Amino acid sequence: MDLAMANNVTISVNGDAMEVPSGTTVAALLQLLDVEAAQIAVELDGNVAQRERWCEISITRGATLEIVRFVGGG
Amino acid sequence: MKERDLDRYSRQIRFSGIGLSGQQRLLDARVAVVGCGALGSFQAGALLRAGVRHLVLVDRDYVELNNLQRQWLYDEEDAECARPKAEAAARHLLRIDGESQAEPVVADLDAGNIGEILDGVHLILDGTDNFETRYLINDFAVQRGIPWIYGGAVGSYGIAMPILPGSTCCFACLYPQPPAGVQPTCETAGVVNVLTSSIASIQVNAALQLLCGCQCDACIMTIDVWGGGLRRVRQPAARADCEVCGLRRFSHLEGRRRVPISLCGRNAVQIHSLRGPVDLLLLKKQLLPLGAVRANELALRFQVPPYEMTIFHDGRAIVKGTTDAGIARSLYARYVGS
Repeated sequence: MDLAMANNVTISVNGDAMEVPSGTTVAALLQLLDVEAAQIAVELDGNVAQRERWCEISITRGATLEIVRFVGGG
Repeated sequence: MKERDLDRYSRQIRFSGIGLSGQQRLLDARVAVVGCGALGSFQAGALLRAGVRHLVLVDRDYVELNNLQRQWLYDEEDAECARPKAEAAARHLLRIDGESQAEPVVADLDAGNIGEILDGVHLILDGTDNFETRYLINDFAVQRGIPWIYGGAVGSYGIAMPILPGSTCCFACLYPQPPAGVQPTCETAGVVNVLTSSIASIQVNAALQLLCGCQCDACIMTIDVWGGGLRRVRQPAARADCEVCGLRRFSHLEGRRRVPISLCGRNAVQIHSLRGPVDLLLLKKQLLPLGAVRANELALRFQVPPYEMTIFHDGRAIVKGTTDAGIARSLYARYVGS
């Protein structure tokens, strides 16, 4: 077993600290949070991550994420 | 500037960010408010009070009693008379400022009329309740190089973002496709009244900055008034491969993405949705508190007097009780989401 994968890292999501397994991708995090991917944008460490790269980008220790949801009401 | 206006706007003129020159720009501006519901009616009132007298108010709906909880401009008389929102808003604005030049447009903004209705505006404020119109506004604004300010609100959560063609990303850069399936709306998920005024305030603030010729903070603001507070995300750069601002393909403006509507028997219209399958059992759950609803896996029937909506699994719907495409679109946006 890959020890690095077994380690958890602390990250910040919309201001709240949370722990995820090291190596978690943005796509996996969204799945973990049960967020509807079609309706959001994700900022990782100050830059919005391109949607098509969510499954490649791994979240590292201390990463700061902001997830914004687009809504239709008005 | 007239003596009376110097007094009327004195507190704004005294604020260094606006000043006399900024105030004059506000008085000279022509701004469209598309959708005069909770967001739009607040925007219209705040803009007029700030000195934007040339407002184009576009809305396809009528005032209803359940609007008064959050739609600040309207009153019980408007609801009793079922006044068109655009007209009711223009009437109230004239009471706030006798020199208001607000022009009500009672219409469903679409690819065919947007060029005429929004001709000559310097800025567009989004007060709509559906994504279809927002993509249309985005196409129009990017094509003509006019700034627009997106805003959306449901429940306790809302989002606002200025789109400045040529300097920020556009709506489609961030959010290339409208959502599929059942969407939460203010009808089904409810909405906190100060949420909509908060989002509208953020939008109007960006509008004032832009109209005064000031730097506008290009960011995405979100707020959850029930917990989570205000958050800010820096807007990304425009995408070179964006269909709209990168490749300049305006499919919504050309009417190719418009959800087609056809008359269907006597006093009914059919919406041929492009949105794909709808989870009818989930929709039933959302609509249960709002009226009589029956559903199986293939179709759902919902009573919303004087109308009756039948929604099919593929997203298509038949609205009975009207031949007006605008009303049918509005009901669909409110109860299914679009």
